[in-house]
Amino acid sequence: MTKELLYKYVLALGDDALIIGQRLSQWAYKGPFLEEDIALSNISLDMFGRANLFLEYAATLKGDGATADELAFKRNEREFCNHILCEQPNGNFADTMVRQFFLDAFNKLFLQKLIESKDEQLSAIAQKSIKETTYHLRHSSKWIIRLGDGTAESHAKVQSAINNLWMFTDELFESNKIDHEMVKQKIGVDCSLIKVEWDKIIDEVLSEATLSRPENSNMLSGGRAGIHTEHLGHLLSDMQYLQRAYPDAKW
Amino acid sequence: MSADNEIIFQKKIDSGLKIEPKDWMPDKYRKHLIRQISQHAHSEIIGMQPEGNWITRAPSLRAKMVLIAKVQDEAGHGLYLYSATETLGITRNELIEQLQSGKAKYSSIFNYPTLTWADIGAIGWLVDGAAIVNQQSLRGTSFGPYSRAMVRICKEESFHQRQGYEIMSKMSNGTPEQHEMAQDALNRWWWPSLMMFGPHDADSSHTSNAMKWKIKRETNDDLRQLFIDRTVKQADLIGLEIPDPDLKWNPETKHYDFGKIDWEEFWEVVNGNGFCNKERINNHISSHEEGQWVREAALAYAEKTQNGVENE
Amino acid sequence: MSDKNMPTWEVFLQPKTGAPFQHAGNIHATDEEMALQNAREIYTRRQEGTCIWVVKTEDIVSSNPDDQESFFDPANDKLYRYPTFFKVSKKAKGL
Repeated sequence: MTKELLYKYVLALGDDALIIGQRLSQWAYKGPFLEEDIALSNISLDMFGRANLFLEYAATLKGDGATADELAFKRNEREFCNHILCEQPNGNFADTMVRQFFLDAFNKLFLQKLIESKDEQLSAIAQKSIKETTYHLRHSSKWIIRLGDGTAESHAKVQSAINNLWMFTDELFESNKIDHEMVKQKIGVDCSLIKVEWDKIIDEVLSEATLSRPENSNMLSGGRAGIHTEHLGHLLSDMQYLQRAYPDAKW
Repeated sequence: MSADNEIIFQKKIDSGLKIEPKDWMPDKYRKHLIRQISQHAHSEIIGMQPEGNWITRAPSLRAKMVLIAKVQDEAGHGLYLYSATETLGITRNELIEQLQSGKAKYSSIFNYPTLTWADIGAIGWLVDGAAIVNQQSLRGTSFGPYSRAMVRICKEESFHQRQGYEIMSKMSNGTPEQHEMAQDALNRWWWPSLMMFGPHDADSSHTSNAMKWKIKRETNDDLRQLFIDRTVKQADLIGLEIPDPDLKWNPETKHYDFGKIDWEEFWEVVNGNGFCNKERINNHISSHEEGQWVREAALAYAEKTQNGVENE
Repeated sequence: MSDKNMPTWEVFLQPKTGAPFQHAGNIHATDEEMALQNAREIYTRRQEGTCIWVVKTEDIVSSNPDDQESFFDPANDKLYRYPTFFKVSKKAKGL
């Protein structure tokens, strides 16, 4: 029973990393300038590395010779349980940076707690990932400040990105049955406890960036239960194309 | 004065010394370098597109990470080369402007489309393979910043060709469909790869000065031959056939003889009539334009904070 | 369309702790933090360093090639700066 729950818990963490990694990789050669193009690829690579670790672990828990690649490339929309924020389209650079900033702040706090997990594998992955995420947060929060306190145009764009993506942030702190059980067993993280600190990071950066924080209204959730925006299906059909088209092939 | 300078300059070159940005150099040397290094830089940058075309569809997590890292390296290499060009007194914006207006060229190979995953293998194996032959030779180039960039690039590129060859090898030995894709990719990329070394020495307008100034260290034809000799055996080993009926080992020259290169096709593509010429440049222009407000915002922010409290 | 150039910064890496910093190349950036981050992204993708310096290119002061003789040749007759200049008995240890 626990193993099944743990599998689902790890799988969701893998999906979060995989889907945001995939989104970021769509920036390749499209960055606002060369240095930033390279920076976005670096973050994408970190996220795929993390996805690989989580999904490999999930595959071991699943057993029956499952592999990380199978989990990434052979599941359908309803079986993916990433947070909806991760799958949101790249939009313009401000949209991507806001999405990243919200996630980086969350991930940093989440991973800090996950290090304390009783599960050694999860703790080890968290220890590796926290270093990357600390850097990602430094990168994204500085961009929020530059864009917010840059020109009138950049200010408007980043504020609009914040307003549009805000509705997906509540979901990060929700707990379902799996989370509750994992927290009870000291394996998982109680996300309701990191909300206050997340708010603090967001408020500090937004205030330095001369940006305002939206009200909570129409907050959406459902990702952990496999309910997504329509964007996910397209992302998957692109990502899974070869594995689906040539099911017998090895790559 | 200038005649003396020119003698000293050539003496330095002949004795194998490097020329540094602040050293005196003939105007033609400077121009030749700007043209060659920026063309090289643009090739790295435009070269991100055909491979970037497959990043989101790479068939495994490993393949995806390797491809992202590789495309990212190309961005890095473009950057090292832009840096080297900038030491000659031209700005990156001017270089980008030259690329986008068509005044500066990039390697024509990147105007071919990547149609299947095997094309990613073929690019790594053949296109990077050809590029590496060229770049290894350029480590010895006479201009210091260019030479140092090449040393760094060669070090980093060593995994690129292996990545491509691994894809080709897996596909050639995979399902019949995969094998077919691999052979098809080799068929399409072989001749364009040979064209990457440029026209035959006899027809190349830039070769003689470039050799005298040691900007180029080996001729187009010599480098092309070296590439062919290396690659034929590699194809054999993974069960793929080089699409050249005239390809034959010549025991006297100890090199492979090969068929005629279709230079008409080469010039067609160079002159803008390849499959993807327009798209590649348009993509570059649109990303650059979409990024303008970001660059402006960052500059505006820096100006504000440097005059303000933050820089205390 | 006019596009202002972002300033260039020279990047120096310390390959390992205790080692001297070495010039790696340059990058474009608008502020110090961006310069540091871009240097990290571009020049340490393969763990090339343990510490980074960035300095605006325009702030570097360089000697000129024309200065070469007057700057460096005067040092070529000062052999007494080198330990081999001095004759010391082989029996004297620890020198």
